[in-house]
Amino acid sequence: MYRRLPDRARALVRFTFDGEALTAQEGDTVAAALLAAGQLATRHTPVSRAPRAPYCMMGVCFECLVVIDGAPNRQGCLTPVVEGMRVETQQGAAVFEDAE
Amino acid sequence: MSERFTSASDLRRSYDLVIVGAGPAGLAAAATASGFGLSVLLADENGAPGGQIYRGITRSSEADRRRLGPDYAAGKKLSAAFAESAAAYTLGALVWSVAPTDEETPDADYPLEVGISLGGVARAIGAQRVLLATGAIERPFPIPGWTLPGVMSAGAAQILLKTSALAPSGRTVIAGSGPLLYLLASQLIAAGAPPVALVDTTPRKNWRVALPDFPAFAMSSYAAKGLKLLFDVAKRIRVIRNVSALEAVGGDKFETLIVTRTNGTMERIDADLLLLHQGVAPNLNLSSAAGCALEWDEKQALFRPKRDEWLESSEAGISIAGDGGGIVGAQASVIEGEIAGLVAAFRLSRISKEMFAQRGAELKKRLASVLRGRAFLDRLFRPADEFRVPQRDDAIVCRCEEVSAGRVRATAALGVQGPNQMKAFLRCGMGPCQGRLCGLTVSEMIAQARGVSPADVGYYRLRPPVKPVPLREFAAMPQSDAAITAVAGFVERSVEKGSAAGSLEPDNRIVER
Amino acid sequence: MTYDVIVVGGGLVGVSVGWGLARRKLSVAILDEGDVALRAARANFGLVWVQSKGLGSTAYSRWSRRSAASWAELNAALKDETGIDSGHSQPGGFSIRLTDLEMQRGEASMAKLAAQPGMNAPGVPPLTYELLDHAETKRRLPHIGPTVAGAIFSPLDGHANPLRLLAAFHAALKQRGATYLPHRKAMSIVHRNGGFEVSGEGWTLGAGKLVIAAGLGGAKLAPMVGLSTPLVPSRGQIIVTERLQPFLHHPTGSLRQTDEGTVLIGESKEATLDSERPRPPVTAVLAERAVRSFPLLGNANAMRVWTGFRVVTPDGFPAYDQSSTCPGAFSLACHSGVTLAANHALTLPEQIAAGALSDELSSFSARRFDVPAAA
Repeated sequence: MYRRLPDRARALVRFTFDGEALTAQEGDTVAAALLAAGQLATRHTPVSRAPRAPYCMMGVCFECLVVIDGAPNRQGCLTPVVEGMRVETQQGAAVFEDAE
Repeated sequence: MSERFTSASDLRRSYDLVIVGAGPAGLAAAATASGFGLSVLLADENGAPGGQIYRGITRSSEADRRRLGPDYAAGKKLSAAFAESAAAYTLGALVWSVAPTDEETPDADYPLEVGISLGGVARAIGAQRVLLATGAIERPFPIPGWTLPGVMSAGAAQILLKTSALAPSGRTVIAGSGPLLYLLASQLIAAGAPPVALVDTTPRKNWRVALPDFPAFAMSSYAAKGLKLLFDVAKRIRVIRNVSALEAVGGDKFETLIVTRTNGTMERIDADLLLLHQGVAPNLNLSSAAGCALEWDEKQALFRPKRDEWLESSEAGISIAGDGGGIVGAQASVIEGEIAGLVAAFRLSRISKEMFAQRGAELKKRLASVLRGRAFLDRLFRPADEFRVPQRDDAIVCRCEEVSAGRVRATAALGVQGPNQMKAFLRCGMGPCQGRLCGLTVSEMIAQARGVSPADVGYYRLRPPVKPVPLREFAAMPQSDAAITAVAGFVERSVEKGSAAGSLEPDNRIVER
Repeated sequence: MTYDVIVVGGGLVGVSVGWGLARRKLSVAILDEGDVALRAARANFGLVWVQSKGLGSTAYSRWSRRSAASWAELNAALKDETGIDSGHSQPGGFSIRLTDLEMQRGEASMAKLAAQPGMNAPGVPPLTYELLDHAETKRRLPHIGPTVAGAIFSPLDGHANPLRLLAAFHAALKQRGATYLPHRKAMSIVHRNGGFEVSGEGWTLGAGKLVIAAGLGGAKLAPMVGLSTPLVPSRGQIIVTERLQPFLHHPTGSLRQTDEGTVLIGESKEATLDSERPRPPVTAVLAERAVRSFPLLGNANAMRVWTGFRVVTPDGFPAYDQSSTCPGAFSLACHSGVTLAANHALTLPEQIAAGALSDELSSFSARRFDVPAAA
């Protein structure tokens, strides 16, 4: 889908998507890092469960919603990837657990 | 040097001027206003200044700037000037509300309150004045299949190029209308990722309509650049014109673009990525939620906030500069930002009337010069009717709530007069994007059904927060006795532990009605 | 006369009654304003709520219980006609009490209500409720916060989707041939030749009967037909969250999860009609109490905050009247257009069509507010 242009070399950052280990470049947003890693759909809609992928990349469309470190409905295109981040597909409506 | 803040707790209680948006207008306004001695806070939701046009500019490399062209590189100077200024700056900040200061805010010596969420803390920051420089968003382009993964906006692809040096790796089709389409095509060519086709939906008749404005355009700085771009792109990749309908098809992801031409012929273009663009429109969620009156711009077929000649909105103390006030482009946005900074300094009595008049006249002259030729672009790239109002009932209009054009049309037939009743009936515009990707479409569809202008139909009434804010942040904001009484019926306070009264009874409370 | 009945007001009360009249084969015109107007129907919380209603008016308690009991019938009829499900359910509702003092006050007021004479009447389910301590509340609502004192539960309470209800009435009215006339803000009403002429800017319409269901606008219109409908200002503010997976299957008096997954948090009462802007201190209190009630909500996103103005009489009970000087003119004003929708759609229209409100409704006459001249 997308490839990294060869003239850009920045530090690598490790994160996971649905449990799979992936790498991003420092400065990538979550949505950019997922596209660079060949991941397309980031969520399934709460209405029909249709798959959706990042659309606008500027925080407007809310299609790139993902679960980040357990917090649902985070805008992937506005959130920088950080080392060890755990990203998951947003499945429909948000799920919250009671605190222990 | 501008100072950066990462938590709302660290911000001052109030500023002379709070600016929302660190694009061309916001950066220029911040530098100008702080240069006149105003205390300025520039709040932006991205990770670095630049807005969308100069996205990633502060960290860009030589190679990036070469690939993206001189118009992008111009942002380097602007962001550097801002960095030199005394303005306070927040990145990753969400401004969710702008409103007159609440009657119960204690000791409020400022007229406006700006709701800001930053670093997990929501707070109201006081402001003497507010400048909204929230820029533009790409217009909705509701064709069947535009919700498929693998369909993105053209602007999105450009942002990926700017911030992460990512270029499409497979077969890419670009479709739509507007200057950005050709700019992106040329940038993708420069990145070694030429699209397999550019489908230009600009209606042929627009050329005729725009022709009277061509002489002015020909004199402008855009003309030579723009025309060269058009020819260069057409030379390098296939351009398809005279298009009457588009449909994206695929299973779980986009596979094929079906193009119908005005002569009735159809063509299927197989590709991996479809990039859509139908021009840009002001991002007006915040200005509208702040109460600023909107007006319909028939020439560009969009709503924009009403402004006077000094860029002041209908709401006292709130100005709007740049594309958020009406599409003018980056160069004009910078000048509008400077004007807004000057106006703020004048209104807050930091500069003399003479200085304001003199500087103001200079800036307006520069603005007029930069805007020369704009009318031609506006008319030429006014999106075709059939790409603003979906012809097919199965096209999704509201992406968030998955409301189709057919349902909007059927509901309009009940006698629905405007988008707010439509929203109540169908939930269109109630999802997380809060109408950003369906507002124009829904208003225009109702206008069509009623046989009136969108001016008579109006736009969604927007409410704070203009983007989602975690409830826990609201829960931690200051309360008042009156507010507690309004909700709970009475005020109940536990007497503090350890105090003399606290030791009397376990159920010792002060209760006020 | 163009229509049998003109209903002034396209909100929930107007369309409920209008639909009921249209079902009786009357030709009905609904007059409404444009897209942006004061509309309680669009700011609604969506409770079909019974437990706390009627303190000081046994008739109102019975009227509310009766409507709640007929709601399933209304929902089925509308769904049958339009395919739109108004999302009604009656799983019983909780009034969450955050502190011991709130619990005590709630207990006291419920006891007072239950002890009112004449609470039980034929055809109306008896008022039943339970007082629950924290442990029992937690057993029934597992996500309740640790500091919640308890709750009052009544099996009579339920909720519905007020926006789909409004849409369903509109769709059903259209199918039944009723005339919906937006952009018709009624400015004057004249009683002439046994009928009514309603007019506004550049238009006049005539009908044999008239129903004023214009919400806050009714206070101005009622005197034109010899009626008086006093209303008091009441502003409410609501927060709505993003869609969440279902976690709360019962409505509570202060928050509920809709069938779409969003959570509505309300309700505040401020005695003003001043501003439509939400007020930050009220937002803070609403949010803080919601999070205390259900801590998991702390992580949920608030999507929108809005205010609305209730249609409330000075004592909070409905005002239903037929004019004695202009027979055939009715004025209906009440809060709780959702709770009472079943009555307004299934019971009132028959009486309006027949030209007389029943004895049961006599205590709802606004004449109760007529103050004798100062002594």
